[in-house]
Amino acid sequence: MKPDSPFREIDPETDRVTVRFGSSELSLPRGENLAGALLVAGVMPFRHTPLSGAPRGPFCMMGACYDCLVEIDGINRQACMLQVTEGLQIERPSINRAIKGAGNA
Amino acid sequence: MHSADLIVIGAGPAGMSAARRAAGSGLSVLLLDEQPTPGGQIYRDVDRASKTRGAILGSDFTDGRALTRGLAHENITHLRGAVVWQIEEATRVNFTRNGKAELAEGRRILLATGALERPMPVPGWTLPGVMTAGAAQIMLKQSDIACERAVLVGSGPLLYLVATQMVRAGVPPLALVETQTKADLARSLRHLGGALRGWPYLLKGLRMLWELRRAGITRHVGASDIAVEGDRNASGVTFRVGGIGHRIACDTVLLHHGVVPNTQAARSIDIPHRWDDAQGCFAPECDEWGRTAVSTVFIAGDGAGIGGARAAALAGEISALEIARDLGRMTEEERDAEARPLRSGLGAERAARPFIDSAYPPYPGALAPADDTIVCRCEEVTAGDIRRTAGLGCLGPNQAKAFVRAGMGPCQGRYCGLSVTRILSDMNGIPPDATGYYRIRPPLKPVTLGEIAALAEHETVEVGK
Amino acid sequence: MTSDYAIIGGGIVGLSTAWGLLKRGLRVTVLDGDDGSFRASRGNFGLVWVQSKGMNQPRYAQWSQASAAAWADFAAELGDATGHDLGLEQRGGYDLHFSEESLEATVAKYEILKQKLGGNYPYEVLGHNALRLEEPAIGPRVVGAILHHQDGHANPLRLLRALADDVRRLGGVILNGKRVTRVDKTDLFRISCDDGTEVEARKTVLSAGLGAAALGPMMGFKAPIRPQRGQVMVTEKLPKLINRPSLIARQVDEGGIQIGATNEEVGLDDTVTQPGLSGLAAEAIAAFPVLAKAQLVRSWGALRILSPDGLPIYQQSPDMPGAYLVTCHSGVTLAAAHARFLPAWLEGADAAPDLEVFSETRFTVS
Repeated sequence: MKPDSPFREIDPETDRVTVRFGSSELSLPRGENLAGALLVAGVMPFRHTPLSGAPRGPFCMMGACYDCLVEIDGINRQACMLQVTEGLQIERPSINRAIKGAGNA
Repeated sequence: MHSADLIVIGAGPAGMSAARRAAGSGLSVLLLDEQPTPGGQIYRDVDRASKTRGAILGSDFTDGRALTRGLAHENITHLRGAVVWQIEEATRVNFTRNGKAELAEGRRILLATGALERPMPVPGWTLPGVMTAGAAQIMLKQSDIACERAVLVGSGPLLYLVATQMVRAGVPPLALVETQTKADLARSLRHLGGALRGWPYLLKGLRMLWELRRAGITRHVGASDIAVEGDRNASGVTFRVGGIGHRIACDTVLLHHGVVPNTQAARSIDIPHRWDDAQGCFAPECDEWGRTAVSTVFIAGDGAGIGGARAAALAGEISALEIARDLGRMTEEERDAEARPLRSGLGAERAARPFIDSAYPPYPGALAPADDTIVCRCEEVTAGDIRRTAGLGCLGPNQAKAFVRAGMGPCQGRYCGLSVTRILSDMNGIPPDATGYYRIRPPLKPVTLGEIAALAEHETVEVGK
Repeated sequence: MTSDYAIIGGGIVGLSTAWGLLKRGLRVTVLDGDDGSFRASRGNFGLVWVQSKGMNQPRYAQWSQASAAAWADFAAELGDATGHDLGLEQRGGYDLHFSEESLEATVAKYEILKQKLGGNYPYEVLGHNALRLEEPAIGPRVVGAILHHQDGHANPLRLLRALADDVRRLGGVILNGKRVTRVDKTDLFRISCDDGTEVEARKTVLSAGLGAAALGPMMGFKAPIRPQRGQVMVTEKLPKLINRPSLIARQVDEGGIQIGATNEEVGLDDTVTQPGLSGLAAEAIAAFPVLAKAQLVRSWGALRILSPDGLPIYQQSPDMPGAYLVTCHSGVTLAAAHARFLPAWLEGADAAPDLEVFSETRFTVS
């Protein structure tokens, strides 16, 4: 994770929970939008495209573009449509993990 | 199976106001919305906004609370986090919520699915760190998150709004790179007379420009040849103004050149659409009440044609009145009487539109992207790939989709459809209406096979080969 | 300019026939429909398939086998010419079974066909455990499978595109957005379209899919074809999960799992229905349980072009000699046969395949 994220919480939420993203442990604001919280935490890219392996991150933040896909409980889901909850286990999409060298968190 | 007199899809201004008006007329209303809280994108999470956030976003935002409050009505069932993936038989809505698929039956359906940002394919627009201006605003509204070292690129009032909100939040953008030209402004002046009826919008625009100027934000107007640079992340924006090249180093790039109706749901049930030349997009064909060619289905708000939040709220109420009349809850006279003040308000809301549309046209470089620019983000299909399909006889987007996979990814063509239509239209010399659009099929949003299979207990057809 | 052939219909059947004719040095004009036409070529399942075909007509089984055997060379030639990899894989395919009874009954039928084919029907029966070694993702409810070694699959959309590309490259003319309204014959055939376009040709091939039902009788054919809806769905791209195709699911070369298909007699209605999707999803999960967590990304309904007995029709018009009806519901499997063998039949050459059993005389009411 990059510590120097260009996304900043203006008034940081104090109620935080621990989630896992790949092998990293992150402290994120409870109940907040997951994609936004991951951006602030320095997660970037979220995934790589299955075709060219190009890096991607959130683009529309409204559930339309599918560039913020992450895997939770074995299902690829839009991070921008989820809320931060205690104990979330987040992975990059399995097709990314299957591509050698690309997208290993 | 849920059932209601009226199913409203989308809890933005149009959906919320329609739900309230219909409920007030005695109709049972099922309101389905993807988000955990009501408001749509324009009033995203408005109920949770703190005082400081309210101050940053302004009263136009916090006004949305009147609409969310209206949802507290005994006739309204509001299902949060409900993602609609299919509409069938013009009365049935299939959706998933909390990982489980559910069905709903409605005597009437109102689509209030709002707008999407117009696709803006420029070189580098798929890089991490590049987002829509609307996305930046959503993060501000919902999560108090600001984009640092940002450059706003494109055209339209939303750019100014997001820029001023960023200034107020203490995270001003590095610059605005604006694509509209002086010639656009000159052309727009002939609409100024009509726009004066919508003077509050013009005044707001002038105030925002003044606020940006006071904050010392640089505006580059008349920009062309826009590209985002970067390897793993956006690291800069390059462009030309008046023949001179510029480069601004940055960490985030926020794109915007207008919004367009989100027509996915309407198209999935074959509602006819027409090309709107002034707004450069397709819009569904509706009558003055929002009724479509599928007589049980209505459309209100930006999904029927861009008009903004206040216009959407009024249009939602107007549709609700006709639905109430249709279902025997009021007479034609009552409907017309209640609709009259709403229509007058709608006229005033729309007055400034032609001026805004012509003063801030879409960026030409993104309507006709260079050959190597990606157009379909999901399947990484370039503008050149699309142009080559014209040489292979593709007259419309559906054959082109079959040939190069544009529109086959999870976004279902939301961010490439208009680009593909326009590129093929230009290449073949056939107008957009005749070129057509993707045939939208279920799922409107991806849904797991497990969720769909769980419905097999309800009713199945024999599967064979 | 007069063409040797006017091909009515620019789908996989029409274009593979056109391609074969061009390779024989003939001049060909193809009349194709528009963007919204019913197109089985865009909606099919993509199998290059032999097993279960021609159970009651061994000649059809042989015709499918001949095409499957010609596919690799056809795909290589077309692929080299256009740079499009057609995604052909012919490492066998499965008929998956959920009960011992259905598996045994199918094997019994295959044995009869195998004898009629002189033993050329290379299949083996895999029990659950043997199948699991081949397909680790297979579910416990699958009792076994028939693995037929002549089966395979290809990327049908890339086949369509490569044909559209190479037919042009070989000098063929493809006119898109045309609706043929009449076909006349004096010395030559004159094909007229609703936009005023007219094409003259020495011979004509009607390969317009469901469009042949209306045009066929005008040209002296019975053309007793009907639509049959098949709903198909595709998941998001996934890591390698399925090694060989089956009639239930196959993993396409781009990574998605394609799941099919319903058989529904609903006329010209190509809508997708929730009961259709649910049934397909349930069956696919029964076969490969891990698919329960896969996201469905696309679905469609396509209309098969079926004759009363399900077999292709190859018929020269008794009223208009030089006009041929070519129609089938297995345009992908038979693409190689249509490209390699059918042109000789159309030309009346010595090496023409015997297609008599596929003539329309079989539909004569006795």
